[in-house]
Amino acid sequence: MNLTLKIWRQPNGSAAGEMVTYPITDVSEDMSFLEMLDVLNERLTAEGQEPVAFDSDCREGICGMCGLMINGVAHGPEVTTTCQLHMRSFSDGDVVTIEPWRASGFPVLRDLAVDRSAFDRIIDAGGYVSVNTGAAPDAHASPVPKENADRAFDAATCISCGACVAACPNGSASLFLGAKITHLAELPQGQAERYTRVLNMVHQHDLEGFGGCTNIGECTAVCPKEIPQDVIATLNKDMRHALWHRV
Amino acid sequence: MRPSELGHRSFARHQAVSGWRYGVLVTTTAPGRRSGQATTIALKLLMAVTGLVFVGYVLLHMYGNLWAFSGQQAFDEYAHHLRELLTPMLPYGGLLWILRVVLVASLVGHAAAAFALWARAAKAREQRYAVKKAVTATLASRTMRWGGVALLAFVIFHILHLTTHTINPGGDPESPYLRLVGSFQVWWVAVIYLLAMLALGMHIRHGAFSMLQTLGLTDNRRRYRISHAVGLVLAIVIAGGFALVPLGVLLGIVTT
Repeated sequence: MNLTLKIWRQPNGSAAGEMVTYPITDVSEDMSFLEMLDVLNERLTAEGQEPVAFDSDCREGICGMCGLMINGVAHGPEVTTTCQLHMRSFSDGDVVTIEPWRASGFPVLRDLAVDRSAFDRIIDAGGYVSVNTGAAPDAHASPVPKENADRAFDAATCISCGACVAACPNGSASLFLGAKITHLAELPQGQAERYTRVLNMVHQHDLEGFGGCTNIGECTAVCPKEIPQDVIATLNKDMRHALWHRV
Repeated sequence: MRPSELGHRSFARHQAVSGWRYGVLVTTTAPGRRSGQATTIALKLLMAVTGLVFVGYVLLHMYGNLWAFSGQQAFDEYAHHLRELLTPMLPYGGLLWILRVVLVASLVGHAAAAFALWARAAKAREQRYAVKKAVTATLASRTMRWGGVALLAFVIFHILHLTTHTINPGGDPESPYLRLVGSFQVWWVAVIYLLAMLALGMHIRHGAFSMLQTLGLTDNRRRYRISHAVGLVLAIVIAGGFALVPLGVLLGIVTT
């Protein structure tokens, strides 16, 4: 198939960027979206032009490194990561607009690559359990009901790709934050620091310049791991508890 | 560093470091408590609580308005009794003044938090997308901010119209019932009120759900679904109940 790509080009974070149009021909529907960009980059390199910079790593949908805004939807038309999106989701003659995640907390490094270290700093603020875990405990030493274990696991599938922020009309990272908070709040190991954790992580989230949640649900709709919106309720509940009891 | 090189001899410490070989020895502790008062979530909680005040108020207000269908005497008596509630412990109209103070305080809190969050959201994405699609967002959820501004404008109009009697499209009679019916007989007044109820319905549709979510009451999938239904039912009952009165006047069911 033949496509017209409109790609955001920006040489570095401080330079101005613009949308540049690239026609691309003979795209196989079996290609992944990133392979299609690889083909474009090979051509650009051969022509002596700068290739389009974009992030990717595992290309099997588990690392969270890739992420592009494709035709106005984070990770494109399928509920998956950009690397697991295939060209069969497009048809011949389509115009495909490709932009980087847009958020003040995710400054553009170059073209389609953004700096997501804000997420690392939010985790640094409290997204862990700070005890020496020691030797692996016996499996039945601290019982976790199946319901809690399942919910913790579902929340823990978050790969921190940033699609929730990219899709949010408020540029909020609440789904990411909610996933991390819920993951630890459902487990006994997370209880000791539960309420200082939520205060510190929310504080860091706001410092990074992310907006507030308005419960619209765009984040959940594009999340490649389908993290549900109710993790944000757990985040809010823990925050309410922390504020009320002046943790 | 091997555990033996750490040089700690206490039993507890030995226990701690003996786990080292099974994984990374975590020694970081959480940073001290940070203030959460001005965070986005604290602002949202303020909006949720004040929003709950409004939902409670409009439910009662809507119930009172339905007395219009029982005729002038019943409606005017209801209006009079409202002012006599808790008298003589309170002066005439005392409870209404308490309500007004609570409502104005809630309005200030709700609007101030909304504008602060609006400004933060605008700063959180300064460079906009060339193409951005709404995948799942409802019309109600996407019109909360401008819809809220429209409702604020309507509340000012409504107070000037029926509380302070500054705007008198249907004359200025003494009887609250005659004032109400006379106003709604003017077609554009009825249209303003009906449009405002559409805006109110949409605001409550997303707002009531959002309130439950912000208060953290929707933290499992079943409750999450229920809270969406709560938003829808409240919106239909409140906006629909209010709209019955101007519709009743327009259709000639409620007459002078």
